[in-house]
Amino acid sequence: MSYIVKVLPQILEGLSITLGTFIITLVLSIPLGAVIAMCRISKIKMIRSISGVYTWILRGTPLLLQIFLIFFGLPILGIQLFGRLASVYFAFILNYAAYFAEIFRSGIQSIERGQAEAATLLGFSPLQVNLKIIMPQVIKRTLPSIGNEIITLIKDTSLVYAVGLAEIFKIAKSISTRDVTIIPYLVVGVIYLLLTAIITKGINVAEKKVYYEE
Amino acid sequence: MLLTVEGLYKSFKGVSVLENINFQVDQGEIVALLGQSGAGKTTIIRCLTGLEKADRGSILIDGQYLCKEENAESVYPDKATIYAIRKNLGMVFQSYHLFPHMTVLENVTLALTMVHKMSEEEARDKGTSFLRKLGLIEKLKAYPFELSGGQKQRVAIARSCVTNPKLLCFDEPTAALDPETTKDLAVLIRQLADEGMGILIISHDIPFVEAVSDRILRVVKGTLIDRENG
Repeated sequence: MSYIVKVLPQILEGLSITLGTFIITLVLSIPLGAVIAMCRISKIKMIRSISGVYTWILRGTPLLLQIFLIFFGLPILGIQLFGRLASVYFAFILNYAAYFAEIFRSGIQSIERGQAEAATLLGFSPLQVNLKIIMPQVIKRTLPSIGNEIITLIKDTSLVYAVGLAEIFKIAKSISTRDVTIIPYLVVGVIYLLLTAIITKGINVAEKKVYYEE
Repeated sequence: MLLTVEGLYKSFKGVSVLENINFQVDQGEIVALLGQSGAGKTTIIRCLTGLEKADRGSILIDGQYLCKEENAESVYPDKATIYAIRKNLGMVFQSYHLFPHMTVLENVTLALTMVHKMSEEEARDKGTSFLRKLGLIEKLKAYPFELSGGQKQRVAIARSCVTNPKLLCFDEPTAALDPETTKDLAVLIRQLADEGMGILIISHDIPFVEAVSDRILRVVKGTLIDRENG
């Protein structure tokens, strides 16, 4: 127990990178995902195709590979992204936006077309139809899938250790090697469990808030 | 004349669905388009509301062209004009398409506040008065899933009527109703017509349209036949 008390503050030092990656990815990838989802169902074939290829590549290759390619590959092309963290954020945002886009696209397409037609005939503009009629229903229908992605995201933040960033998992790994014990891994496992428990609770509250029977 | 349709043609992927459709609806008149499934009735109503664009022909609604035939093609005005013309139209869909995430009152008042820029209070009063008239005063705070088929339809009627359209279209209004509710609907439609609204009903329910309509037109394979003459 005293050992846990000793290593816990060291491990928690990495929490800012873990949570920073999580929050920035979440805040930026959801709106980007919504835009890509609109592109995926665009009436213009070229926009549909480009966004389709984007989601295929980003969902079809490992996130770790994308982190490496952005971290090592972009500087080769002469593009500097202001350090490791920016590279990591960039890779996470692009990757998660692709997943969120597909969730939103399926949600939008699950809403019967008559809803939008009824609203259009009542005089709503396309923007009003989307904001007032379609989006609230899409959010309700996609919230469970979004919740799954958010939980995956918190766990995926451990991948940033691959480019040398000291998040909680990397710190635990270093302590474990130094002290020859698996206890730091158990500590980090409990931290992830606590984080996912908080997120799950938040998602459950949100689901209850937007719930209505169909 | 409230609605004049002249020489309307429509095809989908080269397959002709409507051919030379001509008819009129006057203020306070109830006109029914009767026909079997697939005859083209729904396409006619979708063209009238601008949800589908006609290939040829003209549609004149309360003195304004929704589309006008020029060089054997239907020419449409800009979007703003189409929106303005649509304000004269109401539509009650076969499956109602109520907004499931809103209460009955919100379903009815949303267009008043967002499109017609009415204050919340004014819209609430107007919506409540319409719903009272339709016997739904106890359902103001209910959600669509809590309503019966007939109640959903009355909410859809209230939602369409609350903006004072001059022409109200019904798509298969009796498809999901029991005989008692169908009778009530016939009375309600007559009331609306007596208040001056033009009513266009598309249906395959012969007893219903015979009971409620002033004039019945038969739609057969995309063409229109005046029943009295057909």
